[in-house]
Amino acid sequence: MHKNRLSKVMTMAEAIDRFVADGATVALGTSLEPLIPFAAGHELIRQRRQDLELVGPISDSLFDELIGAGCVRRITAAWVGNVSEGLGHCYRRAAEQGIPRSIEIHDHTNFSISMALWAAAWNVPFLPARTLLGSDILRTNPNVREVDGLVHISAVRPDVTILHVQRCDAQGRAHAWGPLGISEEAGLAAERVIISCEELVDPAVTLSDPNRILLPETKVVAVVHEPGGAHPSPVQGFWKRDHALDNAYAAESRTREGYEAWLKRWVLDVPDRKTYMTMVEVDSILITGNRPSEPVNFADE
Amino acid sequence: MSDAYTSQELMIAVAAREIRDRELVFVGMRLPIVAYAVARNTHAPNARGLFEVGLMRDHAASSYLGTMGDPPNVAGALWATRMSNVMALMAQGGVDLGFIGGAEVDRYGNLNTSYVGPPERPRVKLPGSGGGADIAILSRRWVTLMTHERRRLVERVSFITSPGHGDGSPDWRRRHGLLGGGPAAIITTLCVFRFPSGGGEAYVDTVHPGSTLAEVREMTGWDVSVGADVGETPPPTAAELREIRQRSTVGSQ
Repeated sequence: MHKNRLSKVMTMAEAIDRFVADGATVALGTSLEPLIPFAAGHELIRQRRQDLELVGPISDSLFDELIGAGCVRRITAAWVGNVSEGLGHCYRRAAEQGIPRSIEIHDHTNFSISMALWAAAWNVPFLPARTLLGSDILRTNPNVREVDGLVHISAVRPDVTILHVQRCDAQGRAHAWGPLGISEEAGLAAERVIISCEELVDPAVTLSDPNRILLPETKVVAVVHEPGGAHPSPVQGFWKRDHALDNAYAAESRTREGYEAWLKRWVLDVPDRKTYMTMVEVDSILITGNRPSEPVNFADE
Repeated sequence: MSDAYTSQELMIAVAAREIRDRELVFVGMRLPIVAYAVARNTHAPNARGLFEVGLMRDHAASSYLGTMGDPPNVAGALWATRMSNVMALMAQGGVDLGFIGGAEVDRYGNLNTSYVGPPERPRVKLPGSGGGADIAILSRRWVTLMTHERRRLVERVSFITSPGHGDGSPDWRRRHGLLGGGPAAIITTLCVFRFPSGGGEAYVDTVHPGSTLAEVREMTGWDVSVGADVGETPPPTAAELREIRQRSTVGSQ
């Protein structure tokens, strides 16, 4: 059934090749710390994407990795660093010394980046909000400005939003659970959406609970069956967060040489996510428990 | 259990005491996560925690959290939702207390988590606001925790990410349209600063056991004001220490 005419199933390499161009505005890591599409990020690096604008709230170390790899022209985000340690060392080198290249920074808050995406989703030039008043972010980000006691937050429209979810069918009906961060507005605002998923399921599964479908299937252009695609970030019901690996990244990326060695070992010398997952100690992070929600009744007669 | 405790444990206990029963608390990461657990399991059994990832809880997670979005924080939640819903509550004045981290704070309680030095060529690029500025502007009151060093407690921050009381002039926040009441306390490794009602400059309210006012003056980047009746910070109780030590989040920083 996955090979029928409507199927959007493809490999990550194909999805990135077809749907993310150099210079694109890409939203990812939109659930904050969980469900971060690291596999997609690593494929962006392997395919040597250039001049990307990254959009997100707090995407743990993913943005830092992409900045270090030289893929990024502009950051439009609330926070870039490493949740384990704080500072993002590649972000620091780029902002302070232009290594490996200089980047433009459009500072946001979590609230304001959400509003910027909702503005794009609703096809209006800006939305007003009561945040950012009194903050110097009003001085440095040209896309937020104070007007009559409110702050107008300009729309941010991603060319593509990349999301990792628990399960999805071949047509792009994605089920995600747990906190959603800004995933819905990022998906609705985007021109197109790439989904990577732990489980590729039959439409009977997704359509049994249409309330849980994250986004309209019409936005989704690619579905990548990528178990472990969010590692080292957590996936409710599937994976715990790999604290040890994230801490190791924080330590190794402290120097440029350390980062380059990390990049070679975990990204450049790795052909795909399947191989990557063989390098990970999965036993300590695999979730094996069962805590199902109660089914609901969608009967109509 | 020994009577000895670390300065980090004292800070967590002091932070926990800022949480009142029945309050809705915007928790944040690291030490405040533990502070919420301590408050919830001691003096504030009905306090709820709110997390910007899109969660509300009425009890602490059962195991270690590296981030607020870790699976143990989701299991047993009162509400798992989108971030903008959480921000809606805060924009309505529904969040009583928030916790915000920072690299630098100044005498008026303004926080910098963005740039040390000029933004166009910073000496240090810090990670940015996250939800910090939102909490600083919109929660009814907030608290920050900080290691007490001269380079962190500075006369004026070079960049205001999260506004406190601005330039310290009377009613600065109200005049600039900020809805929330601003910083209530700065909890450091040496002391607790508080602010006069209506804003202005931080003053030393209590000094931690084993520290002195002279040490506070020495380690602060401005000429500190001192409250009329400076006391000693009460040390952690046995119950507080027990709760803190059950949670291995401490030391992750």
